[in-house]
Amino acid sequence: MFDKTLAELAAGLQKGEFSSTELTGAWLERIKAEDSKYNSYITVTEEQAMAEARAADAAIAAGTAGPFTGLPIAHKDLFCTKGVRTSCGSKMLDNFISPYDATVVARFRQAGAVMLGKTNMDEFAMGSSNESSYYGPARNPWDPERVPGGSSGGSGVAVAARLAPAATGSDTGGSIRQPAALCGITGLKPTYGRVSRYGMVAFASSLDQGGPMAHTAEDCAMMLNVMAGFDPMDSTCLDREVPDYTATLNEPLQGLKIGLPKEYFSATLDPQIAERVHAAVAEFEKLGATVKEVSLPNTELCIPAYYIIAPAEASSNLSRFDGVRYGYRCDNPKDLEDMYKRSRGEGFGAEVKRRIMVGTYALCAGYYDAYYNKAQQIRRLIQQDFIRVLEEVDVIMGPTTPHPAFRIGEKSNDPVSMYMEDIYTLSLNLAGLPGMSVPCGQVDGLPVGLQIIGNYFAEAKLLNVAHRFQQATDWHKQAPAGI
Amino acid sequence: MEWEVVIGLEIHVQLSTKTKIFSGASTAFGAAPNTQACAVDLALPGTLPVFNENALRMAVMFGLAVNAEIGKRSVFERKNYFYPDLPKGYQTTQLAEPIVGPGFVDIETDDGVQRRVRIHHAHLEEDAGKSLHEDFHGMSGIDLNRAGTPLIEIVSEPDMRSAKEAAAYARKIHAIVTTLGICDGNMAEGSMRCDCNVSVRPKGEEKLGTRTELKNINSFRFIERAIDSEVARQIDLIEDGGSVVQETRLYDPERNETRSMRSKEDANDYRYFPCPDLLPVVIDDSYIEAIRTTLPELPDARRDRFMNEYSLSEYDAGVLSAYRPQADYYEQVAGACGDAKLAANWVMGELAKYLNQHDTDITQSPVSAAQLGGLLLRIKDNTISGNIAKKVFELMWSEGGSADEIIEAQGLKQVTDTGEIEKIVDEVIARSDKQVEQYKAAEPEKRGKMLGFFMGQVMKATGGKANPGAVNGILKQKLDALCD
Repeated sequence: MFDKTLAELAAGLQKGEFSSTELTGAWLERIKAEDSKYNSYITVTEEQAMAEARAADAAIAAGTAGPFTGLPIAHKDLFCTKGVRTSCGSKMLDNFISPYDATVVARFRQAGAVMLGKTNMDEFAMGSSNESSYYGPARNPWDPERVPGGSSGGSGVAVAARLAPAATGSDTGGSIRQPAALCGITGLKPTYGRVSRYGMVAFASSLDQGGPMAHTAEDCAMMLNVMAGFDPMDSTCLDREVPDYTATLNEPLQGLKIGLPKEYFSATLDPQIAERVHAAVAEFEKLGATVKEVSLPNTELCIPAYYIIAPAEASSNLSRFDGVRYGYRCDNPKDLEDMYKRSRGEGFGAEVKRRIMVGTYALCAGYYDAYYNKAQQIRRLIQQDFIRVLEEVDVIMGPTTPHPAFRIGEKSNDPVSMYMEDIYTLSLNLAGLPGMSVPCGQVDGLPVGLQIIGNYFAEAKLLNVAHRFQQATDWHKQAPAGI
Repeated sequence: MEWEVVIGLEIHVQLSTKTKIFSGASTAFGAAPNTQACAVDLALPGTLPVFNENALRMAVMFGLAVNAEIGKRSVFERKNYFYPDLPKGYQTTQLAEPIVGPGFVDIETDDGVQRRVRIHHAHLEEDAGKSLHEDFHGMSGIDLNRAGTPLIEIVSEPDMRSAKEAAAYARKIHAIVTTLGICDGNMAEGSMRCDCNVSVRPKGEEKLGTRTELKNINSFRFIERAIDSEVARQIDLIEDGGSVVQETRLYDPERNETRSMRSKEDANDYRYFPCPDLLPVVIDDSYIEAIRTTLPELPDARRDRFMNEYSLSEYDAGVLSAYRPQADYYEQVAGACGDAKLAANWVMGELAKYLNQHDTDITQSPVSAAQLGGLLLRIKDNTISGNIAKKVFELMWSEGGSADEIIEAQGLKQVTDTGEIEKIVDEVIARSDKQVEQYKAAEPEKRGKMLGFFMGQVMKATGGKANPGAVNGILKQKLDALCD
């Protein structure tokens, strides 16, 4: 049961091989028995999950079930969940019980999904290793001494360690794709505006996008069918038709034009990873695709641009955590200023404070043009690079990360080296484009991810490309030792 | 030395949308604290703003009414600072690309100074909540009902040269926004609030003096008094060899003085940047022109029409047209009684007096325009005198009813029967030998003034109901006959 995909579990539920109550109970038991090794959950919602499972079974019996009814999933702990703690991996929100559901959560609820719990994450989604979580790092099931990536590390681990069949994530600079790559699962960051951000605690509003993390492209398609679509509560969410993403998974890839950006295969890339990516590309050629080298000349500018824009927005977005209305408030404040300083000083961790300071500095009156405006100009250049290349090719492929999972603590004192891990993923968020990470091999027993980048709203094409690859390979079926 | 005063105003106008600028919560005033603050207003994690189009429409109406350029593209920005009643830690406002660009209004003070005041721009923004410092045992309470109420902030150029001009400008803005129906104009409830930038310079000097900003003044009278006291303070300071410090000052109406709130050095760096949760607002000519067709007659146009159509003085026409419900009321009264001047006197006189005494807005007046019109008709047709009409009005105000009903029930109908009046006049003359002798002894041209005594006696005898014109004529005729 724990090796089944969402699609297989859905078929089992529909055929009556097992009930949602049995399914949910089994996964909850497994979480209880195994998660202490991985720390992938911050909160497990056992009672609520069983109640939802019973409701799902009733719907299945009554014949009112939909394709997602009764399927258990986990939500990254930055999606607000009514009546359940939504911590964002932070001491600041350790006591925060959301009074409302995020749109993504409400849509899964509406679709009959069962929520197993809330997954671990870097504090306020700031990090590439899950080490900045107030609840301790989630551990990579392929090697528990290594990081699972971040910020959606808990979701990556929960799926890889078979502690949830699938999970939601959010991606501001690679936070779905990088942990998917490091954990050996499939993750999709949709086009900016495809999935509502309402109720997803904001890190950097112009970059954040929620998306699915699962074993297969088919499972991601099932999830995106639920998640995508217009939301009047989010002004940046586009009112654009949502196709059935499962309907086009099997389209042939004959004539597919793949671009390989030369900048993605530079010296900083682990040569073994380059080799796995080239092998995957060769597989696509067998499926009828053609490959050409392309250029994204401004790639190296994405890190400085991103590390101005994201912290600038974050510094403003996180101002609401002031100890006044909810969340952490320091003990015995002397006065207002003391309350602000100590509540924020004690409630936020080091990485969050670092980014608030960087962002505050970048927006200061004297530096705004030199930093924020310049970064926005670079952002447009990066976007134009992609638009130009995507006129020539259907999809762009490359590595998701320059290295496989690193050791916990290895980069903790070197934030710039940590930031460099996101070199291939950041630029998509700056451009607003969709991208996937798909398992494409291993290096020293650790998974490697292939990144597939498509044009705006080309999620169906990405899922189709990834699905055909997974029909031809079995990297996505590999499980860590002992699982 | 002769000093010139330079004043610019920033006026915050609460727009009368039903819901807030970025959320669906109600904007009604006076609810229990925090009952009109939804998840978005409380800035719960994950919430996002959605722009209320009605606020846009109202801002465009204002722009058109002050002859301004309308921003076809306007951008919301975040103004970042920490304050307990500012839930998000930033105010969503407009800076570089506001909805209303440069415009102007023409003002006139009650002592006849006319001036064109340029408007630099007006922008849309959200109001903050309120901090309550009483009743919390040394702590502060926060009420977020007001948080997210839509505002337009109207920024004038420093074109005003006296406190009177500043007050006239504020009155004109008030007249425009209430006429447009985009603000209830209730200054006591904070629907319109005024910051005044004040500086002085030697007459003839081009360079502006250092200014101070007087915050949050909520009545026209206080605008005038606050500026006058601040101007006096600045001139005293400079003449004593000191210099004005750029700072924010608060006006204390009880002591009629301003005092320092914070200096420029304490000013925040607000770190403005475009709000990534909101898209730029883009509108086209057809949107703007469609709104133009909905504009009501504006105060200046109505004043001019009142002068032409009703032959009112500029002053009367200006007062009556300044507040739309009053102007509407006046026109109904004038139509009902057919005498525009009489209607103006009553609306600006007796009615205004009662409204003031009872602190009542004209929209809540217990005496309707139709009732008042009916009353004035009875003055016109000599059924009652002006003095009796005041008595009828008082009853109308307190107990209701039409003029005819009250006149009938109280027996106030005027005596116009000359036979009856002659009889009473004869009686009065017969018992007033002393006054009659004085009348006879007086120079003929001074006798007119002496009629007052006899008039009063006749009115007393008739309970005020005798037609004053008729009494006057008969008295004069009979007394003059005695003089021959």
